[in-house]
Amino acid sequence: MSQSMSQTQTGAIGAHNAKIMNRFTLTQRLVDKLKHDEAVIGGIGNANFDLWAAGQRPQNFYMLGSMGLAIPIALGVAIAQPKRHVLALEGDGSLLMQLGCLTTVATLAPKNLTMIVWDNGIYQITGGQPTASASTADLVTIARGCGIANAAWAADEDDFDRLVTAALSQGGPTLIAARVDEKPAVATTDRDPVRIRANFMVGLGVRT
Amino acid sequence: MSDSKPQVWHEIVLASLKANNVKLITYVPDRVLRPLIKALHADPFFLTFATTREEEAIGIVTGAWMGGMRGALLMQTSGFATIPNALASLVCPCQIPALLFVSERGTLGEFNLGQAMVCKTMRPVLDALGMENHTITRQDELAFILDRSIKQAVATQAPVAFILSPLLTGGKVFAQ
Repeated sequence: MSQSMSQTQTGAIGAHNAKIMNRFTLTQRLVDKLKHDEAVIGGIGNANFDLWAAGQRPQNFYMLGSMGLAIPIALGVAIAQPKRHVLALEGDGSLLMQLGCLTTVATLAPKNLTMIVWDNGIYQITGGQPTASASTADLVTIARGCGIANAAWAADEDDFDRLVTAALSQGGPTLIAARVDEKPAVATTDRDPVRIRANFMVGLGVRT
Repeated sequence: MSDSKPQVWHEIVLASLKANNVKLITYVPDRVLRPLIKALHADPFFLTFATTREEEAIGIVTGAWMGGMRGALLMQTSGFATIPNALASLVCPCQIPALLFVSERGTLGEFNLGQAMVCKTMRPVLDALGMENHTITRQDELAFILDRSIKQAVATQAPVAFILSPLLTGGKVFAQ
């Protein structure tokens, strides 16, 4: 994390107080909390890779292409299965590509949807080019402006745990943003879309 | 279709969706599709809502299918031109039977050059992706094409595009 980045984030809601954490550590902590076969949609790239590394649950869907669509996919699952909680794990660059989806989520207001945003301020997988969230854009403020009232920065690991617990129990939609470091993901996913999709449908009880 | 009075095209589309248990309807608005969208909103069988982009609707319909709910997208020709990446990297490789309804602009009296040009990209893209697609010009063929093709999409786990020609819908005419 560069000095200039931390200086330029001071105007953001909560972000200036947020500790820079590690994506894989937080992903592990998140997955450990999932006790009710919650569905998890991993966004393209490192969000996906760390989800894979945290344990290959049958309720995980690993999105291999279609950058920006993790939250829309999660919304679709949440609509189809209102009794199951659904989480989307998305990077800052991916969310910036499809910000409009936050307005759709806010309009439909599914209680069973939680959006996790890993904000490292870079397009990590393409070589670390800066995203707008590194300097001027605050993703939590944007989410609130879109109508997601339950949107917050995780101040540290314990705060992240608390926010996730609240999202899973109190109902959403909720957006939790975490500032994360630039460490690469610890593994990569399988690359077979049909198998990933079929396993996920079995995990959701749609197929046997 | 037991009703004895002749139905208009949008009533046939709605009836075909309902008969095939397609409950989720996403759309980016289009003037020609307006009566269909209005009727879908008015029918509590359907969950109908607008998305900000067609791509977003692709994601939602994909998620819903994986969760056990059938879904469709309504859009116009220019909207189709925004989704080839989502089709090629999500819908086609994951074998998602997304149902695409495209209100055809750009032909048979188009007044907007941009619409006329983007229209020319649609069928080559569909063919390049190997996607089943039907251009529907006749109301007497509409119910058959929709019913058979929706069933085929589900059975073969493949998306399908229905291009609704101005010959069917009347299209959009130049404002005098």
